[in-house]
This record gives sequence, structure tokens and C-alpha cells, in this order.
Amino acid sequence: MPHDAIVLLGVNHKTTPLAVREKLAFAAGYEEPLRALGQLEELREYYLLSTCNRVEVLFTCRDVEQAQHRVLDLMFGRTITSPEIKQHVYRHVNAEAVEHLFLVAASLDSMIVGEAQILGQLKEAYRHATKAGCSGFILNKLLHKSFSVAKRVRTETRIGAHAVSISYAAVELGKKIFGDLARKKVLLVGAGEMAELAAEHLVRHGVAEVVVANRTLQRAINLARCYNGRAIALEELPDQLRQVDIIISSTGAPGLILQKEDVRPVMRERRNRPLFFIDIAVPRDLDPAINDLDNVFLYDIDDLHNVVEMNKSERDKEAVKAQRIIAEEKLKFGRWLANMESTPTIVQLRAMVEHQVQAEVEKTMGRLVTMDEQQRRGLEKMVAAITGKAIFPALHYLKADNHCIGLPERIKTIRELYFLDTVANDQEEDG
Amino acid sequence: MSFLLFQSCVVVYLLATAAYLVFFLTQKNTLRQTGRVIFLAAFFLHTASLIARAIETGQTPLTSHHEAISFFGWSLGCCYLSFCWRYAVKNLGAFVSPLVFALMLVAAFSSRSMVSLSPALQSWWFPVHALITLLADGFLALSCIGSIMYLLQEREIKKKRFGLFYSRLPSLEILDKLNHHCLSMGFPLFTLGLIAGSLWAKQVWGAYWQWDPKETWSLITWFLYAATVHQRFTVGWRGRRVAILSIVAFLSVLFTLWGVSFLLEGVHSYAS
Repeated sequence: MPHDAIVLLGVNHKTTPLAVREKLAFAAGYEEPLRALGQLEELREYYLLSTCNRVEVLFTCRDVEQAQHRVLDLMFGRTITSPEIKQHVYRHVNAEAVEHLFLVAASLDSMIVGEAQILGQLKEAYRHATKAGCSGFILNKLLHKSFSVAKRVRTETRIGAHAVSISYAAVELGKKIFGDLARKKVLLVGAGEMAELAAEHLVRHGVAEVVVANRTLQRAINLARCYNGRAIALEELPDQLRQVDIIISSTGAPGLILQKEDVRPVMRERRNRPLFFIDIAVPRDLDPAINDLDNVFLYDIDDLHNVVEMNKSERDKEAVKAQRIIAEEKLKFGRWLANMESTPTIVQLRAMVEHQVQAEVEKTMGRLVTMDEQQRRGLEKMVAAITGKAIFPALHYLKADNHCIGLPERIKTIRELYFLDTVANDQEEDG
Repeated sequence: MSFLLFQSCVVVYLLATAAYLVFFLTQKNTLRQTGRVIFLAAFFLHTASLIARAIETGQTPLTSHHEAISFFGWSLGCCYLSFCWRYAVKNLGAFVSPLVFALMLVAAFSSRSMVSLSPALQSWWFPVHALITLLADGFLALSCIGSIMYLLQEREIKKKRFGLFYSRLPSLEILDKLNHHCLSMGFPLFTLGLIAGSLWAKQVWGAYWQWDPKETWSLITWFLYAATVHQRFTVGWRGRRVAILSIVAFLSVLFTLWGVSFLLEGVHSYAS
């Protein structure tokens, strides 16, 4: 009697381009899709995670192929074609699904490895699933386990402490220069995807304001709205340098847009408060000589790459440690699942033996229901005790670690020994 | 008694320095706690030794070279602990404790014989002058340490080559703040110390200012710090330039303290 299969279907930033992910994400919240999943009778328990980098469905079912087909149809079929599904969607079953969930929770599968946000999103998604009543015994255990795995990885490794991407490196450097990023202002010059990512990071680390300057003002206004910032025209740039502290430049301009001589007078007006320029444009937007000014720090894309590389070897060590933790937890969960497998057998065995003992008792003592309260209780206790004693060797055989004989094998032995399957069939036939 | 306390506090300072330096290299958090506890213990021993010395000699124990340097070390420790208590400056201890230990070594190797002031010089202006000046020196030494850390950190960030210091030193902002606070404490104290000294001179010699080498050098030091403070607080210099000025000015403090005493003769030279 095998347990239900655990299946995970999804897309993430590694398999799927942003344009497709955008279409698949459930922007309107979890209630609607969870209700839709509830209509599928193949699914026992299910839960759904949708973030800007991934959409994943986790469910337990009997028939993997059929359930998978139905879920894919429902979740993804409306927005993308089936060849696209085949190309982008990954499927993990049982141990693999468990491992994948742990990796996601521990932020090892994130775009920015080690970022902490994903755990919050996971918890949020789980909260919706429990509210909708669609997670059950197995998923509850699995998700709670994934939270504790994430916590373990965070406390036992330093994976979260390292700069692992360009924008993360920028934040790290900003912290080394400014100490605290709160009350600092960021100016985005040009509104590319990289700049956006960096800005998002900085906002997450508490910068006070985001100002966006762009050639086309409309784009600037749109982006500024995302961060509650304001938009300015490109011509106002030198003026703005007086007020902002971090400048991220990513325009497509062919030449330099800011020279050393533009920045020098600004520093006097700023009373030498530090300025941090990040130039992620190729070709470069900012004069490299700007870095020579006191209290001004300029990093271009290559410099940032070096920072990332520097942290990488350190991070890889931490990642190995984190993988080890996850492998360990996966094994533990696997053992729990396997024990789940033996539970129905134990229940059945106990019921059968108890049934027989009670039948024998009733043969000599008369029917239990007709006895007075006290006597019946005493006899019931005796029946339970005899049952316990009688099935103890079998339980011990099932539960103890046995390296020579696998658990399924042992379950089979017990079932055959006690005629559990035939008895059950007989009873069903009787019923 | 005071000697025993002094000896033991030198040893404990050595332990604290070792703990801080090992922590600096390995970054194991338990060591930092250990370092701090040991340093605190050394500081208390040191305080006790100063008090014991004061009781033994029956005067403010600042008359001999040994006593003055020992008190200098104490005031540096005092400033450091007061900063530890108010601000978190990562790894400051690894820089401060060796300096304190070095000062204690210098004190340990100078003559411990008691020097009493001639009756003509005895006045309550003496302890005021000496205490305030040496306390100011403590703050100024801390500003120098902060400036050195700033320059090390700034160099790595500017050159984009991250070595030993980048991850271990605090942010530039914090180091600059450290310099700011130390200057704004140290400079007024230093000024007060100068004034107290000249009032003392007026009382015992009849003249506020005698232009002996120590006084001249103190004035030079004062002007250096005045320039630093002016640039910092009115012109708005910060970062590298102020750090360099602070270091130069502190070198002048050291010269005033030692160079003048041993190279040039004057009323301040500790009696030999």
C-alpha cells in the first residue's frame, strides 16, 4: 500500500524567460487558482506559489501522469501552448520534489542566492493554502519542514551574508561607504532591467527615495511610480547630484554623460558628503576619472563583477554546506514518509488482532455491550493489553532500522504472515 | 602593591591584544567577547594600580614619565570603552589594544622612581592641567586610530582590490564619525589643558607663557588641531583629508610628549 506521490510542477527564472513568466504569474492572488485546483478530484492535497521569479504547484495524488496532465492544463494551458509547457515546465516527483522545495525555501534556487525574501513568500503562499483548506497531513509536514530547513541553512551557513550578484555587490559596497542606507537617496539614470534590479535591492535595504532620470520621460515616470519616487528629465542631472547619494547609470548613450569636471564643483556644495556612482552601462556612461575625486567612489560593471567573483568561492563553500543540510533533511523526511507507509499496516494489524481477541472474550464472557460499565471497561482494557503484547514483535520488526531488508519487503512479510490482505478482502466481501 | 597591579595589568593587556588580533584574523565571534572581557579586566587592574600609586606617593601620580605614559594608556582605554559602549565600531579593539599595550610597555621600561614636585610648583592647577591634557591625548589618539582605519578602508574601496581590511573594517561613514566625535571631544579638552597649564605657570612662575620647547610644541599641535577642526566643521572637509590631518596632528602630540622631553631641555622635562 504505497503512499500518495508528491509532485511538484513549475517554472522558474532558470527555465523560463521573463516574458513567459509574466503571463503565468497569478497576479490576482491565490484564492481563484486554489479554488480551480480544488475542482480536480485527482488531487489530494495541493498548494501554489507564485512570485515574480517562479510559479510552482505542489500536490499529492495517486496517479501522477493523469493528475499532472490535468494540473498543467488548468494552470498553464490557458496562457501558453503545450510545446512551450514541455519546454519550460519542470516536474519533480517524491524525493526530488521534497529536495526542490527545500532548495527554494533555503533560497538556493533564487536568482539572488541567499536572499531572504523567498521564505516570506513561501509562508504567505502556505497561509493561503491552509486558509483554503487544501493542504493536508503530508503537505503540512513538508512545508513546515521546509521552513525549518531554510532556517537551519541560514543559521548554519553564511550563504545569506555574501554578495552574489551585481546588485547585491552594489548594496554591499554602498553599506561599506555609507554605513546605513536608510535616508540615502538613489538616482537611476536610464531605466534598464539591471538598473531596476539594483534599485529594487537598494529599496529593500531601506533607501529613502528613488529618483529616475530617463531620455523618455514617460518610462521614467512609470518606473518611478513603482518605488514611490519621482521622475526628472535627463537635463536636470547635474542639479540632482547635490541631493542624491547613490547614482546608478545604465543609459544606452554612446559617449560619457558625466565628466569629472561636472562632479568636482558638486562635491563642494555637498560639503563632501560621499557620492557612490555605479556605472552598469556598456559602453560606459561615466568618466572613470571621477573615481579620483575625494569622497567619490565609482564602480563600473567590471569592478562589480570582480566583487561578485571574490565572493563566489566563499559562497560556493557555503553552498556545499547548505546542500549537505538539505540532503540530510531530505533523507529525514523520506524516512518519515516511509514510516507513513507502514502506518496503515499497523492499524490494520491492530484492528484485526483486537477483533479476534474481543471475539474470544465475548465467547466466554458474553457480549460486552450488555455488561455493566465497570466490568466492560476492565475487559476492554484487557483486550487492548493483550493486543499490544501480541502484535509487539510485528511492530518492532516494522519500526526498527533493518539494513538487510527494506521496509516494503518487511511490510509485505507482515501482511502475508497475518493474512492481512486476504482477511481484508474477506471482510469486504462479508460487508 | 601598585607595582604588582601595574605588572599584572600589562600582562592582561597583552592577553587582550592577542585575543583581539586573533579575532581580527579569524572573525570568530566568541573571541571578540573574550577580548572585550579581558580588556575590561585589564582596564580595572590599571585603574586600581593608578589609585594605589596615588596613595603610595601621596600626590597625583602624573609627575614621572612612567606615570604620565601609564595614565595616557589609561585615558586611551577609557575613551575606547566609552565608544564601545555608545557606538558599534567593528574591530576597533584590534587597533586600540596594541597601542595601549605599547604605551604600557614604554611605561614599564621607564624609571619607576617617585618624582615629587618642588614645593614651588605645587598647586591644584597641576593635576587639572595634567589630567585634562592626557585625557585629551586619549581622544586624539583614538581619532588617529580611526583615521588610520579610514585610510586603510578607503584605499581598498578606491583601488577596488579587497584584501584583509575590506570585510573586517567598519564602513567609512562610521570611521569618519569616530574621527568627528574624537575631535569634538579631544580638541576642547586639549584647549582647556593648555589654558590650565598657562594659569599654573602664571601662579608658580608669574608668567602665562614662557616659550619653553614643550609649550611651543603644544602650541604647534594646538594649531594643527585647530586647522583640522576648522576644515572639518566650517569648510566641510571630511574623509581622507581630515584623516591625514588628524594623523599628522597626532604625530605632533607624540613629539610633544616624547621628542621634546628627550631631545630638548625645558621646564617640562621629567626630572632625571
